[in-house]
Amino acid sequence: MSNIPADLKYTKSHEWLKLAADGTALVGITEHAQDQLGDMVYVEVPDAGRSVKANEACAVVESVKAASDVYAPVAGDVIEGNAGLADAPESVNQDPYGSGWLLKLKVADTAAVDALMDAAAYAAFVAAEEH
Amino acid sequence: MGNHTPLYDQHVRMGGKIVDFAGWEMPINYGSQIEEHHAVRRDAGMFDVSHMCVVDLSGAHTRAFLRKLLANNIDRLQAPGKALYSCMLNERGGVIDDLIVYFLREDFFRMVVNAGTREKDLAWLKQQAQPFGVSVRARPDFAMIAVQGPAARDHVLDLLQGDLRDCAAELQPFFAVTNIEDGEWFVARTGYTGEDGFEIVLPAADAERFWCALAERGVRPIGLGARDTLRLEAGMNLYGSDMTEDTTPLESGLGWTLGWEPAERDFIGRAVLDKQRAAGAPSKLVALLLEGKGVLRNHQKVLTAAGEGEITSGSFAPSLGRSIALARIPAAANGERCEVDIRGRLEPARIVKLPFVRNGEVKVAI
Repeated sequence: MSNIPADLKYTKSHEWLKLAADGTALVGITEHAQDQLGDMVYVEVPDAGRSVKANEACAVVESVKAASDVYAPVAGDVIEGNAGLADAPESVNQDPYGSGWLLKLKVADTAAVDALMDAAAYAAFVAAEEH
Repeated sequence: MGNHTPLYDQHVRMGGKIVDFAGWEMPINYGSQIEEHHAVRRDAGMFDVSHMCVVDLSGAHTRAFLRKLLANNIDRLQAPGKALYSCMLNERGGVIDDLIVYFLREDFFRMVVNAGTREKDLAWLKQQAQPFGVSVRARPDFAMIAVQGPAARDHVLDLLQGDLRDCAAELQPFFAVTNIEDGEWFVARTGYTGEDGFEIVLPAADAERFWCALAERGVRPIGLGARDTLRLEAGMNLYGSDMTEDTTPLESGLGWTLGWEPAERDFIGRAVLDKQRAAGAPSKLVALLLEGKGVLRNHQKVLTAAGEGEITSGSFAPSLGRSIALARIPAAANGERCEVDIRGRLEPARIVKLPFVRNGEVKVAI
């Protein structure tokens, strides 16, 4: 069973979101997702200032195997893309919930975050997907 | 459920991530494809290639049959044990499969063909062999293990015994030795990585013991993922991607495998190839190095001054830290510069000479 931190929210497309008190949120892909994709070799993150809708493709993670879109869990404005990943895409594999974060959002409506899965629901979702 | 090789349980035990490959449940990696790739370039790795199909050809007229069947000239094989890489063509000059054939005795040759083409290959072989009275026998009773990398030969030799060991130690590249009368082991100094090493055909019942003995010596198991990046860096074609039944060897960078001489050797597909050679093939297969960041992928569009082409195999190349590809582009395209359409963005790439990597050494200027 992969690591699914209790303090994050999750999507069915395997992104995580961590909401801060100031209404900003970090977004990345889950440990399960990185494990499925394999070794990361290139990550494309959005520029600051871009507005994204919920479920809009906003980043690309490329493993040796394939390129995969990353979808915004909720709507918002991009505050920052993780520039550090340009030279260290492997952070997404090694530390998916830490230095492997992809983008920081100013969340448009924090109520939308409540509608995302919590850790228990995501764990059940992953388990169901595997069987 | 897919087919399992005799080593399937070992793959699962060693943490292999299992995927479907041409109907076989095979390991794509055992954790990190990139680490596996580097292990082969720097030390040694072992690959279960038992899904590939060993075909034994026997009969007095086997050589005459292969003269007709293969685009490369079987008469290049005069010394016992010598191997030859060749395409097997249809009447249109398209590639039915690429294969290695080993000359063992005048009445006995061994071939190794791809897993994904097994059924059509066997049907074609049997059909073509019939007038020559040649027996075509697939050998699912064998397993096949490739051990590749600078330390590969030493590891294997230490596990072999007696005459087989002595003969294997003396093997020149692209030669094989077998103790067919005594245990049916077959050791070839061939591979699909650009590194030195052996490919070993052995009875299925011996496979687990040999695999585990290699693992105990520190030889890493390598999945199909790294097998693909290793062969791409080595500039070796993959059947189904870089050549198909609809492309000729001349359009697939395989002109060097065509046995044009003697002119009277009438191999299957020759008429079409002779014409294409005289007129010039419309396209060619070239090697690309992406200048910037990003990853080249199969089927991305390539733009050259002479027109559009397409990537046939693209990936990240761990030994270069850059992305590389094989691409089919118009034959008239000259010079080094081209662009690749990566998800709507045109990225500059350079046409380079193959291979990208050989014997652990990067051969292209980065």
